[in-house]
Amino acid sequence: MLHLILFLIFGTVCAAGAVNVVAQTHPINSALSLVVVMGSLAAEYLLLGAEFLAAVQVIVYAGAIMVLFVFVIMLLNAGAEERTQGSRVAWLLGVPGLLIGGGLIAWVLLNRSGTRSVEAGALPGPPKVIGWLLFHDFLLPFEVTSILVLIAIIGAVVLAAKPVTAPPAKKEG
Amino acid sequence: MVPLSYYLVLGGILFACGVAGFLLKRNIITIFMSIELMLNGVNLTFVAFAAQWHALSGQVFVFFVMVVAAAEAAVGLAIIIAVYRTRETLNVDRVNLLKL
Repeated sequence: MLHLILFLIFGTVCAAGAVNVVAQTHPINSALSLVVVMGSLAAEYLLLGAEFLAAVQVIVYAGAIMVLFVFVIMLLNAGAEERTQGSRVAWLLGVPGLLIGGGLIAWVLLNRSGTRSVEAGALPGPPKVIGWLLFHDFLLPFEVTSILVLIAIIGAVVLAAKPVTAPPAKKEG
Repeated sequence: MVPLSYYLVLGGILFACGVAGFLLKRNIITIFMSIELMLNGVNLTFVAFAAQWHALSGQVFVFFVMVVAAAEAAVGLAIIIAVYRTRETLNVDRVNLLKL
């Protein structure tokens, strides 16, 4: 029972934050709402028993990625976004389509997924087991990921570096 | 005891908010944040199914998704800085020319 109550509290915070990300016009407000979403998701992971993922969620997502976002927002001095008029057909088709699709998916999930339920802390295995799995069964993907991160670092530096302008040629004679 | 479907619906809400933000927002940074939102919805689904089937590989997959998301954020934000440097705007509607 306590599990359900905690799930509902954090789920409500999470969903409200997600809606707020879309509703806000200033990017910094969206970024802070996204931090709320990440934090409540970490709590959901804890409820499921995934302590390792909860810690990684807070450190990597709420820590590193969101700091990067806030840093770029402040670096570029991003103001409130200017509204441009979208196409009317997109609204006429999109809003009913979203409602119908979302309702259909929710109905199928709630009615057709059986009466399975997840206990609190259902996931087996402390971080030690995950580490063992990561370095035995998933060793190759892990190493490939490290190469990917290296490429991403180099790519980010190359893309964000100021373009080198050649020094003006000296005028002759 | 929380039904599995509740977790799936929450993940679906997150993903739908991400899709809506991606399509509706005009600021390139907010569009990028919507992508992160979608990734988070998928992560929650992964963890919920991992708990359902008592399978630890679901958690390892979420770990990989997070690593890829971090790399993607670094490269994407660098691209945003490069776009801003050439176009002087963050509005995607004004980034409509292939040339400089």
